[in-house]
Amino acid sequence: MNQRSLAIAGIVALALLPPALQALDQVFYIGFAARILIYAMAASSLNLILGNGGMLSFGHAAFIGAGAYTVGILAAEGVGSAWVAWPLAIVCAAAAALVIGAISLRTRGVYFIMITLAFAQMVYYILVSMKAYGGDDGLNLGSRSAVGFGLDLKDEFTWYYTCLALLAVVLYLLNRMTAARFGRALEAIRENETRMEAIGFATYRHKLVAFVIAGAIAGLAGALLANQSSFVSPKLMHWTQSGTLMVMVIIGGVGHRYGGLVGALVLLGLEELIAEFTLYSQLGVGMVLLGIVLFAPQGIAGLFQRSATRPLP
Amino acid sequence: MSGILLLEQSLNGLQFGLMLFLLAAGLTLVFGIMDMINLAHGSLYMLGAYLMATLAQATGSFLVALPLAIVATGILGVLLEMSLLRKLYQRDHLAQVLATFALILIANEVVRMIWGAQPMMLATPAVLSGPVDLLPGLSYPSYRLLVIGVGLAVAALLYWLVTRTRTGMLVRAGASNREMATAMGVNIKRLFTIVFGIGAMLCALAGALLGPLLAVQVGMGEEILILAFVVIVIGGIGSIRGALVGALLVGMVDTIGRAFLPALFREFLPPQYAAGLGPGLASILIYLLMALVLFWKPQGLFPARG
Amino acid sequence: MKTGSKLAGIALALMLTTPGQAADKVKVGLVSTLSGPAGALGVDMRDGFNLALKHMGGKLGGLATEIIASDDQFNPDTGKQIVDRFVKRDRVDFVTGIIYSNILLAAAPTAFESKTPYVSANAGPSQYAGKGCSPYFVSAAWQNDAFHEAAGQHATSRGIKDVYLMAPNYPAGQDALTGFKRFYKGKINTEAYVKLGQLDFAAELAQMRAAKPEAVYVFFPGGMGINFIKQFVAAGLSKDIMLLLPGFSADQDIIPAVGEPMLGLMSTAHWALDLDNAENKRFVADFETDYKRIPSVYAAQGYDTALLIDAAVRAVKGKVEDRDAVMKALKSVKAKSVHGPYRINNNGYPVQNYYLRVVGKDAKGRIVNKTIGTIFTNQADAYAKECALK
Repeated sequence: MNQRSLAIAGIVALALLPPALQALDQVFYIGFAARILIYAMAASSLNLILGNGGMLSFGHAAFIGAGAYTVGILAAEGVGSAWVAWPLAIVCAAAAALVIGAISLRTRGVYFIMITLAFAQMVYYILVSMKAYGGDDGLNLGSRSAVGFGLDLKDEFTWYYTCLALLAVVLYLLNRMTAARFGRALEAIRENETRMEAIGFATYRHKLVAFVIAGAIAGLAGALLANQSSFVSPKLMHWTQSGTLMVMVIIGGVGHRYGGLVGALVLLGLEELIAEFTLYSQLGVGMVLLGIVLFAPQGIAGLFQRSATRPLP
Repeated sequence: MSGILLLEQSLNGLQFGLMLFLLAAGLTLVFGIMDMINLAHGSLYMLGAYLMATLAQATGSFLVALPLAIVATGILGVLLEMSLLRKLYQRDHLAQVLATFALILIANEVVRMIWGAQPMMLATPAVLSGPVDLLPGLSYPSYRLLVIGVGLAVAALLYWLVTRTRTGMLVRAGASNREMATAMGVNIKRLFTIVFGIGAMLCALAGALLGPLLAVQVGMGEEILILAFVVIVIGGIGSIRGALVGALLVGMVDTIGRAFLPALFREFLPPQYAAGLGPGLASILIYLLMALVLFWKPQGLFPARG
Repeated sequence: MKTGSKLAGIALALMLTTPGQAADKVKVGLVSTLSGPAGALGVDMRDGFNLALKHMGGKLGGLATEIIASDDQFNPDTGKQIVDRFVKRDRVDFVTGIIYSNILLAAAPTAFESKTPYVSANAGPSQYAGKGCSPYFVSAAWQNDAFHEAAGQHATSRGIKDVYLMAPNYPAGQDALTGFKRFYKGKINTEAYVKLGQLDFAAELAQMRAAKPEAVYVFFPGGMGINFIKQFVAAGLSKDIMLLLPGFSADQDIIPAVGEPMLGLMSTAHWALDLDNAENKRFVADFETDYKRIPSVYAAQGYDTALLIDAAVRAVKGKVEDRDAVMKALKSVKAKSVHGPYRINNNGYPVQNYYLRVVGKDAKGRIVNKTIGTIFTNQADAYAKECALK
């Protein structure tokens, strides 16, 4: 099966999920599936810079937080329209990514990991102490954003299909982008930045553009996440959240076009499954992660098909 | 603000910095020489503290328990290196982050299974439990003086080890160019095990020494691990000198910021803003410091790799 | 991967399908922080709850009881998700167990919307005490400000004139100091806030020494409290300055970790190890036998929560599906408790006594809390009058 029919089959399967769950009287899992879709979006955005661009950002949760808090703060100020809040969430996250990226991308390797982490920590502590917007207690949205057209996002079906549609659009755009000159250049920079510079390519600017795009998508994911829980809190941008996103990407397959989706599905599914059998899910999750690193170095998606791009050196 | 207070706060900054140095030294060695991101460094620190608490309760003596805990953690570290971490050296940073992140989760659960969820007691040795008078009007906790002393001693010892001994020479060779060192016949495998063992022992020393000041509990490693990472990144990865300078810088900036920023803001701003802004800014000061340092020196202050 | 996710979803659903709710059974969803550094309190609370259940032969209100426990991992989002699962999938009759207010604030609305009673075993945020009170919220513990208010009252009646206040820079920390100030009438020397999760307090202790206050009141939850007390005593400040604490910072989760330096410290709470009533004696003795440790105030709250649910189920004669009747019962029954008699106010929070306790040695030489006085009798919280519920 080629990539296109695979993608279409995947979308059909995902589209049939809610009625199937309803038939089984398991409506709870529709919300759970929507959550996986949102995390898939966030992880895919990280995969763009981490997998395709080789930028190991340990602060990606900051952009999710920026998007989520944009929605949260607007809701607290009485602006509940998705048509205002979500684009603004994307813009805010992109702006944050522009500032953080512009400074962070001066560094390489481990230093880049740490400086992105530092920025995320700054955002985290500022929000924890910001009492006007709930501080550590977070902010309750009251209700999900309003979209009009007679649609109510509180309805689990509507919500799921909204998330699915947005994820499909994001994945489509990301795939187009990575297949085009932009993506090729990004991968070339990952493989040999000096060489790209030598042939006259503005590598810094190119990486920054990718970083901002990833931030913007993470912002949208953040806006959705805020709606999913009707709640935002600084925990959204705690460093462990950035770690979780990274883990999703690695599990799913670094640089693989569906790595983020697979990773989110496997990790969240695994946590849910293990939590069913034991209270101490962390031990099980830890063991499985370790197993994946040791025995499936290309991630899960890499086990099933040859990766479209080569793994990191 | 009196001179005595400023002096005391500088001493606090020094002490906090040296505290961080104990942890950062091991981290920077492992990181710099093996090019390996070990997030589980904090877990070894936790293990060291737990072993110390257990041994101190069992033997009833701080001094007897200390070397035992250090050796035990060192052995555990070596076993961990030989069984697992060795497999990760050739992998990319991502795989290392994931694997050692998994180790953190596992270590926390295992420690809880063995010792329970409640924090452990690790008391200050009775002789050092109170303050001593350093100057008229300046009394300082004697235990913190011990931490300062040990921190300086370890710094000196490591400096001597790295610059004056054969092992240190190999370590420096490994840090600046691993391939070349291997080509010149250095037994890198054994060197790595030794370095990791030393790193684990430094962790245990840090955990054991800080136990009487801090809570000995599950997850205690992560909080301080991030600070240790900040330290070595500021200092330049792989450089002991960088770790020391970075640790002192972080310790000073953090302490002075916490001590004087809130008061400063109270002077210049209306109270409702000052109350939130002062502590808020003080808590992100070290991250700000790190971002600034990396902005001017993207490789840290003392880059080890040539 | 095309059908993989769908299959996984269905497999998951099948695996987890639980039979429909039986009328002769009570289902309690217990969500708490059970892992990580913040997990010690949740474990204590759960153990207390389970002990009460054991004392009642595994039944609540005479009905067979199923407890579904889940770990929120100290993450509001996870907590929210778990309550969602309790309500939509497991269809529990009661939700309980959340330790931290920020998690409760994220998760409880889900229970309220589905009209599932939430019985708090710890967290008691002011948001649910005043205008935002919910008909489906009841607490078997306290309102968040209560211990701090008692400490403020204690400072006032002791004639303390000059207090230095300190707390972490987050809402619960700010509320704590507000609660203290509500009943404290003397001068405030300094009101200082530190980073949440701070490890080293040397800088703050030096500032404190220089400020020369008569007493210090701090609120530091969990590990922060251990760090602070250890360092406060090591700095020799305990000789010149009186350290006042809320019960959270001087209970059996903290005392064993600090040891001797705790001796003589005073704290305020609605319960103490030596409170003289039959339930408490049995609870303390059996908790020690079963869990090999001295119970903390959180364990006591877990125990009381189970007793309150038990009394309510009994009062509605097992008809737990009538949520409004259950709520009415929860608010009106005279449940037994290990902290003595109490009643539930219009906003769902208890009206009860608060005690002054001091850390000392018991007959076996162990370091424990002892009751030395009553600060408030039948005290309600300050927000109840803003709550529209009757």
